[in-house]
Amino acid sequence: MIVGERKSVTEILEMTKGYDRIFVAGCGTCVTVCLAGGEKEVSVLSSLLKINGKKQGHEVKVVEGTIERQCEREWVGEMKDKVRDAEAVLSMACGIGVQLVAEMYPEKPVLPALNTTLMGFPTQHAIWLENCRACGDCILHLTGGICPVTRCAKQLMNGPCGGSQNGKCEVDSQTDCAWALIYYKLKAMDRLDWMSKIQPPKRWDIAGHSGPRKTVKEEEVVP
Amino acid sequence: MAAEAVAAVKKGTEADASFQPRIVAFCCNFCAYAAADLAGSMRLNYPPNARVIRLPCSGKIEILYLLRAIEDGADGVMVMGCLDGDCHFLNGNYRAKKRVAAAKKLLEEVGIEPERVEMYNLSSAMASKFAEMIADMTEKVRRLGPSPLGTGVAK
Repeated sequence: MIVGERKSVTEILEMTKGYDRIFVAGCGTCVTVCLAGGEKEVSVLSSLLKINGKKQGHEVKVVEGTIERQCEREWVGEMKDKVRDAEAVLSMACGIGVQLVAEMYPEKPVLPALNTTLMGFPTQHAIWLENCRACGDCILHLTGGICPVTRCAKQLMNGPCGGSQNGKCEVDSQTDCAWALIYYKLKAMDRLDWMSKIQPPKRWDIAGHSGPRKTVKEEEVVP
Repeated sequence: MAAEAVAAVKKGTEADASFQPRIVAFCCNFCAYAAADLAGSMRLNYPPNARVIRLPCSGKIEILYLLRAIEDGADGVMVMGCLDGDCHFLNGNYRAKKRVAAAKKLLEEVGIEPERVEMYNLSSAMASKFAEMIADMTEKVRRLGPSPLGTGVAK
């Protein structure tokens, strides 16, 4: 899932300064599951905006609403009444949601309440680890399902660097060395030969290093 | 005690004895709520400022409950859970403690004194402690003065 983290309240208050009618828009998918921008977090942030308003001596009208997904036009279209009545939309979606809301309601300021931090899964409740960088050319079938592009600080493709110490990374002693993980995983699977397959230089152009990428499923595109 | 003194100095006022703070006390069913019951049976006196809300466990507390109480004009909010290591559901009181700490941080960011929200731990047998805790929080909040969001009228 896409994981996000709420910006500091101070930063959000700075962004919302001057707006008296604010629509706090949550997203019911990834950021709900990662406890950053779902219905509950929308209520908490709304309450804080109201407390801050009351403390300043003026009533801030805060409307709450959480839709299924802020990254799809059909759902974002459902927000139109609440968006129309507000001076600004404070989106608690990931950066994708914020951009679609901004595109669909060009007349309204759309403010990001979250920082989009990573794509990954939880290692335990409320702790998420980055697992995918969307590099566009997956090699997980050769690495025992462990991604060196994401989990190796140097994004090495053919084994560990000299800084791998006792299974940990030289960049941070708390972080596992991705290639150590891959080695032990393949060893347990009796597939160490997969590691000896030399990976050619990676195509970083399709990894997002040459502008925004586009995916097209031709047969489904409506003419 | 030091925090109270600092708060009083910060506000530049002494506690107004006539101010009757409105306090919401979220009480765990297995300790504080039973202790309140026992305090009643024992005819213990304590300030009438706390409104008790029973929770199935202090771990049921949400940051939102704490914020809403403040938003709606409470001068102080207490979360009363079991003693460390004694939670009926193993770790609900630890969860509560973390959420209270998070709520304090959030309130501070919007300019509300974090001391208005506090966590207390006790057992169901500690009726006199319950009375003391209510008195302690009442005094603490009295020193802080009325919430800037309150109506200024004690009900």
